[in-house]
Amino acid sequence: MLDHPPALVDIRSVCRSFPKGSGEELLVLENVDLTIRSGEIVGLLGRSGSGKSTLLRIIAGLIQPSSGRAACRGETIAGPPNGVAMVFQSFALFPWLTVLQNVELGLEALGIDAAERRKRALAAIDLIGLDGFESAYPKELSGGMRQRVGFARALVVHPDLLLMDEPFSALDVLTAETLRTDLIDLWTEGRLPIKSILMVTHNIEEAVLMCDRILVFSSNPGRVAAEIKVELNHPRNRLDPHFRQLVDSIYARMTQRAEPRTPANDGIPGSGVGMALHHVSSNVLSGLIEALAGQPYDGHADLPVLASQLQFEADEILHLGESLQLLRFAQLSEGDLMLTDAGKRFAHLETDARKRLFAEHLVAYVPVMGLIRRVLDERPSHTAPAARFRNELEDYMSEDYADETLKTVVSWGRYAELFAYDEQSETFSLENPG
Amino acid sequence: MKPRDIRTAAIGRALRPNIWDAAALILVIGAMVLIVYGGEQTIAPLSELERAPVSLDPANLPLYALRTVLRMLLAIVCSTVFTFAYAALAAKSRRAEMVMIPLLDILQSVPILGFLTFTVVFFMNLFPGQVLGAELASVFAIFTSQAWNMTFSMYQSIRNVPKDLEEATQSFHLSGWQRFWRLDVPFAMPGLIWNAMMSMSGGWFFVVASEAITVGNTTVTLPGIGSYVAMAIQEQNLAAIFYAILAMLFVIIAYDQLLFRPIVAWADKFRFEQTASGEAPNSWMLDLFRRTRALRAITIPFAAMNRVISNLPISLPSLSPAGRARDRAKGRPSRMIDALWIAMVLGSTGYAAWLTFRYLSVEIGASDVVAVVRDGLITLLRVVVLISLATMIWVPIGVWIGLRPKLAERVQPLAQFLAAFPANLAFPVFVVAIVGLKLNPDIWLSPLMILGTQWYILFNVIAGASAFPTDLREAAGSFHLRGWRWWFKAILPGIFPYYVTGAITASGGSWNASIVAEVASWGDTHLKATGLGAYIASATEAGDFPRVVLGIATMCVLVTLFNRLVWRPLYAFGERRLRLG
Repeated sequence: MLDHPPALVDIRSVCRSFPKGSGEELLVLENVDLTIRSGEIVGLLGRSGSGKSTLLRIIAGLIQPSSGRAACRGETIAGPPNGVAMVFQSFALFPWLTVLQNVELGLEALGIDAAERRKRALAAIDLIGLDGFESAYPKELSGGMRQRVGFARALVVHPDLLLMDEPFSALDVLTAETLRTDLIDLWTEGRLPIKSILMVTHNIEEAVLMCDRILVFSSNPGRVAAEIKVELNHPRNRLDPHFRQLVDSIYARMTQRAEPRTPANDGIPGSGVGMALHHVSSNVLSGLIEALAGQPYDGHADLPVLASQLQFEADEILHLGESLQLLRFAQLSEGDLMLTDAGKRFAHLETDARKRLFAEHLVAYVPVMGLIRRVLDERPSHTAPAARFRNELEDYMSEDYADETLKTVVSWGRYAELFAYDEQSETFSLENPG
Repeated sequence: MKPRDIRTAAIGRALRPNIWDAAALILVIGAMVLIVYGGEQTIAPLSELERAPVSLDPANLPLYALRTVLRMLLAIVCSTVFTFAYAALAAKSRRAEMVMIPLLDILQSVPILGFLTFTVVFFMNLFPGQVLGAELASVFAIFTSQAWNMTFSMYQSIRNVPKDLEEATQSFHLSGWQRFWRLDVPFAMPGLIWNAMMSMSGGWFFVVASEAITVGNTTVTLPGIGSYVAMAIQEQNLAAIFYAILAMLFVIIAYDQLLFRPIVAWADKFRFEQTASGEAPNSWMLDLFRRTRALRAITIPFAAMNRVISNLPISLPSLSPAGRARDRAKGRPSRMIDALWIAMVLGSTGYAAWLTFRYLSVEIGASDVVAVVRDGLITLLRVVVLISLATMIWVPIGVWIGLRPKLAERVQPLAQFLAAFPANLAFPVFVVAIVGLKLNPDIWLSPLMILGTQWYILFNVIAGASAFPTDLREAAGSFHLRGWRWWFKAILPGIFPYYVTGAITASGGSWNASIVAEVASWGDTHLKATGLGAYIASATEAGDFPRVVLGIATMCVLVTLFNRLVWRPLYAFGERRLRLG
């Protein structure tokens, strides 16, 4: 075994935490192990906030682990390692450089001379199907073409490992699919000057379509919940029963309860007042309840089917399902979403009655809502500054999450007419305008 | 086609000059000759100036205008260099930032002509008996009118570089130096150019004011449009003043067409947007350059040099945010250095305060302070009244124009031009009227303060009204919103952020202008209004430095307070609540 080359990437019990608003640390990655060897495409699949992007950035050398060891070809990663290139979700192209100049950028940093630089850049542009666009500026290109530039720029440095951070999620469905299949074709034909790919995604089908190995992340803190080998041959067919089965089983895994916790809070980080809420519009929630109650679902739907029919990403449909579950309007289990009795009742009520039911559930099941309402009732002025609750939330979560939670609280509370909120003075009150 | 064929064809084409070459060549050579001629004049000894004083012969005006233009050019080059260094340091080093940014904030509110009082003495002593000292003082005055807000703009841009691009530079192993030239500078470019243009239009005012000044016993008259006008005032020659105004008109138009328009059109590619939007600015000068092969050849070495400079293997310490985070993570030693640093800053601040106090307390008593505060409040009152008047006049007119796109297209450049035009050239015309009609200078000198700055309100309001969304106008129309209701519910909130931007610039400019506007003369007749500007102007003329310092400090405090208490909250309100789209 000694003559085995060291793995491309070796991650051993890596943890990473970020400072919270209150000055304490928030753990986003806990004890993650990962090994990437030559010749494989590995996918990191998880929800937003599961730390998968953080892990990718640790490997890219953009952030440091708080503890544990991250190594690239046997050397500890400190700063971006050689032989690793990255493709960004937002493309990250320099708008003032032409396609050719963007592609040459990484080579310039390596100090490669002009003639060689030009030759390699043109070869990469040719490979990725961008010939003819060399002198165009990024803003003249469509999203798909822009991401091709992103790929060419990463490939031109001939990295051993290509990192991809949700590379297709900013593209429309059709463009994304073309780009995926082009990339896989080049990969299977062995024409990519790389050894392995590590990609981050929240799209289950995309992971199954492209990866040899999928690491499913659970949230809060991010952990590897499961490792799934995909042994289908390329090109893979989305309609293949094996493919469907795999997608269904991953959905089930992402909605199942890993360990006995309070059922309502599953998937939603934190508990009690410290529960981090994901902002979902109350309109979308009632729309989803109505859709679920109607035909053909009759109160019970398979998540992948629901997602594709309502045109939601896997990530979004899970967030929606969890919000409904938190409010006890629906129940998630094994990749299915089922309306509860309250949910069925909600579907058939008039607007005002819906608001009353929504309000009841908010106060009963979302602790921070109950808290705000209690504080407002108790104070003689019936007003309270948002800062009071923000501080309390920041004891449990990062500032960004606290903001998002507060935003959700305001929007749900307004819909349910539980309280009023004045944005300018940032105060909650019981006044009802008009 | 084989690659070789393409190359020979390209070279063949490049060698054959086209029609544009002739015109472009003349322009370039002409510019070179002018620069060399102007440069020769500046190193002459001071006695040369006395031998050949400024003459009112209009034939000399083109050369005077050239000298003025060269001063402006030199100042903008200095401002740019200063901006790059200062902004980069402030944006990348946390400790430097703690001191540099508040400092910049204060420097911004110091009246520019106030600097002049000190720098004339300083530079004249540095190069005794040479024109160069006086030239540098003048250039420095213009520099102070440009550098601060250019630096602010660049600093803010560097701090707001998009995170993904920053990660891309790191991930592709760009060095700190490369990153600065490849990411920070291009990203900051549009804001920087816009600010340079705005400062430039303010700069004409100060170049004119700084060419002929008296500080105590030192009187400087640098050949230029400003000194020409000063001479015309002394000799009560109204015709000469009109010549000067004409020359200035021509110079500003030339500057705009030959320098800024091409730069703006060129810099359009640096705008940070992922989709092409709106109409790209264009410039005939830039087109000339792009179409002309020989001229394009001139730019090639520049492009190559840019490449070489940005790829120089200079290693800057890792000053990226990631580096900062690492810095923070290290904890203890960093905190100790912080404490030391803060102690040092506080120490030197205290020392400076003590020095200032000792210097001032010798000559200045409590009565001076009372007098200067009273004068300050009078000038403040003037600024407030004038801005309100200008608002009442120009907001309705601006809205009326802005809602008519065809008209706005024609008026907008005119308003911008008027804002750039140094109003102090036109002062004598008004002073003649005041003297002739025996008007009260305390009231009638005041409008001069806003003569040049009111246009900022006009063109910002026009821009705001032009940008007002058509659907909102149509909605207002379909709901029968008319009269006062239409003004207060629809259009005024819609243009508010633009108006505040214009009003801030106008009020800052008026404070500056007060130093030359509150005192005026025509021949032997001297007019003086009571106010802080007049206080500083008289103290300067008498060479009474403690009182100049006191006056400037008072103005700084008033301007800063006014900005903090009035403009910033209004601006924040506009940005938060009334920004459309």
